[in-house]
Amino acid sequence: MRKSINTDIAFTHIITRKRQTFVAALGVTIGVGVYLFMNSLSSGFGTFSKGEMFKNSPHIKIYKNDELSQPLISSRDSGHTTVIINPQITTNSKKIINPEQLLSRIKQQPYVVNAIAQVSFDAFYNRGKAQLRGNGYGVDILEYDAMFKTGKYIVAGNLNRLTGNLNGIIIGSGIAEKLNLGINDNITVTSSYNVVKVMKIVGIYSSGNSLTDNAKSYMNLSAAQQFIKEGPSYVSDIFVNVPDPDNSEKYAAMLQQLTAYKVEDWKTTNADVLATEKTRGTLMGAISLSILVVAAFGIYNILSSTIAQKINDIAILKATGFAGKDVIRIFLMEALIMGFIGTLMGLMVGSVLIAIMSTIYMGGPVGYFPIHFEPALFAKSTVLGLFITLCAGYFPARKAAKVDPVEIFRK
Amino acid sequence: MKNREVILSTRSLGKYFYAPIKFKVLDGISFEAYKGEFLTLVGKSGSGKSTLLYCLSTMDTSYEGELFINNEIITGRKINELAALRNRSIGFIFQFHYLLPEFTCLKNVMIPALKLGKYSYKEVEERAYNKLEILGIKDQALKPAAKLSGGQQQRVAIARALINDPAIIMCDEPTGNLDSKNSQIVFDIFKQIAHEFGQTIIAVTHDNDFSRNSDRTIELADGKIISHGKKLNDVF
Ligand SMILES: Nc1ncnc2c1ncn2[C@@H]1O[C@H](COP(=O)(O)OP(=O)(O)OP(=O)(O)O)[C@@H](O)[C@H]1O
Ligand SMILES: [Mg+2]
Repeated sequence: MRKSINTDIAFTHIITRKRQTFVAALGVTIGVGVYLFMNSLSSGFGTFSKGEMFKNSPHIKIYKNDELSQPLISSRDSGHTTVIINPQITTNSKKIINPEQLLSRIKQQPYVVNAIAQVSFDAFYNRGKAQLRGNGYGVDILEYDAMFKTGKYIVAGNLNRLTGNLNGIIIGSGIAEKLNLGINDNITVTSSYNVVKVMKIVGIYSSGNSLTDNAKSYMNLSAAQQFIKEGPSYVSDIFVNVPDPDNSEKYAAMLQQLTAYKVEDWKTTNADVLATEKTRGTLMGAISLSILVVAAFGIYNILSSTIAQKINDIAILKATGFAGKDVIRIFLMEALIMGFIGTLMGLMVGSVLIAIMSTIYMGGPVGYFPIHFEPALFAKSTVLGLFITLCAGYFPARKAAKVDPVEIFRK
Repeated sequence: MKNREVILSTRSLGKYFYAPIKFKVLDGISFEAYKGEFLTLVGKSGSGKSTLLYCLSTMDTSYEGELFINNEIITGRKINELAALRNRSIGFIFQFHYLLPEFTCLKNVMIPALKLGKYSYKEVEERAYNKLEILGIKDQALKPAAKLSGGQQQRVAIARALINDPAIIMCDEPTGNLDSKNSQIVFDIFKQIAHEFGQTIIAVTHDNDFSRNSDRTIELADGKIISHGKKLNDVF
């Protein structure tokens, strides 16, 4: 295609005014760079904390909710009295009836990635006089591992030793340290139902999260059922993972069709955490967007001064037959060229910042700062950078298009 | 005697200026310009010559009365249409050259033709060289416009005005900044354009020799035409 004369003029202006082009582009560079960096920070950290959350809580949880008594028993006809009572919890047991059937029905759903049953109870870990409070979980350890990747955190022993071993237990490294216990040692576990069992430590895990490591232990389902004096059909929760946790509410609604028990997705469970995260994301977004807007003023300024200096050229172009829209195109193109150069450099600056940040060690369970190169954010920064330069360029360009050549030639 | 083909005409064209006070700068201007005519507009300073020329040029649209080019009414047309019409049919030469400084002379000449889009880039380039040759500055073609002498720059501007072979060439004091030798060159070119190529020239001038030697001279005073030019019949 033949290069249009508008493009030709725009490029000539850009090339003959390298310094101004560079200054304008630099503004965009800083804007886009900071935008990309801050949003990568925010997104990286968000992904990290979500990952932490899914380390031991599922996308969707099914449990028996507390039932409340009806506050009102209405009279059937005018002859009877209406009874008003205070609403009360009327739940006798938190047990899910016929969990196997429910679990197998859930597993048949095409959108279910993993589904497991869990029995949880308050546990006390004893050794001699030392006692620790915590929680015991009865699970099928291999299914549990498929869901939460527990195997990754095992530091001694292994998961397989728990299967079929009713007396085996896997404890957190915090418990092991505090009670000075090692692999193959015995540990006395007591439940709030006063069931006492001496169990053999077949594995020790360290998730990096001290709250977990100091409290949680895993055993077989039936062992846990014994601790709370329940039969083999007792299950306290069913955990379900779906392919796309961001849409968990959709799947939760679908699962709710299968059962009368409470189906709760992680967003509901962690509403407070999510709200905090959203606030942080909005804050970062607002700050970085304002920087981008400030950068756009650079383009606006430079383009305005170019137009003021080139007003004679604009007049003669219009006299010789360039329409207003041609003039707009010329200057918008100049803005876009500056914006494009600036955006490209901004992506590079942002990448460098991300690379530097990812080498900073934060310690603890976080390790290196959780920041990554996210293509979606690169795309978003590019689009925003160009969009903002277009907006910034449009106003001076429109002013140029409105130049009245007669007024210029009279001077 | 050639056929008197009217290329441009006005019918009682009038114009007001409102600042600082309302006054009628053009009043009842009716005249005709013919194909291949070298027409000059004269009058005292402030008589409204430039103002009239801008109305004729289609760049100034706030006037009363009517303007016709090629027997078509121009008054009331859309701005974009007028821009296209100027590009195709009108060339401009001003006292000051208004060349784009960052382009070569050649490119300056080519720009209106590239905008027109009738010829390929190569053809436009060829035509531009051709026009520069007619004006005797082909050797300057590749120099930046800003590096030429005033007379040379004015000739580049004339070449630019000619590039699309417009039917009408409008000039506002085209020799105002030139010495007598360069003025003579420009004058001869105009004469050649009008008489050999049949294009019409409408030139505002203060130069008496220039107007005396043109085909016809219209004289303005206080926004009115006071003389339509005596030599009209001598020429045709
Ligand atoms: N934009 C304007 N606003 C108000 N009055 C104007 C404007 N432009 C020109 N005038 C007035 O209109 C009148 C005609 O001006 P014009 O420029 O057409 O004169 P001219 O004949 O070209 O003069 P000169 O020979 O000096 O160039 C003058 O009195 C001038 O002061
Ligand atoms: Mg004048």
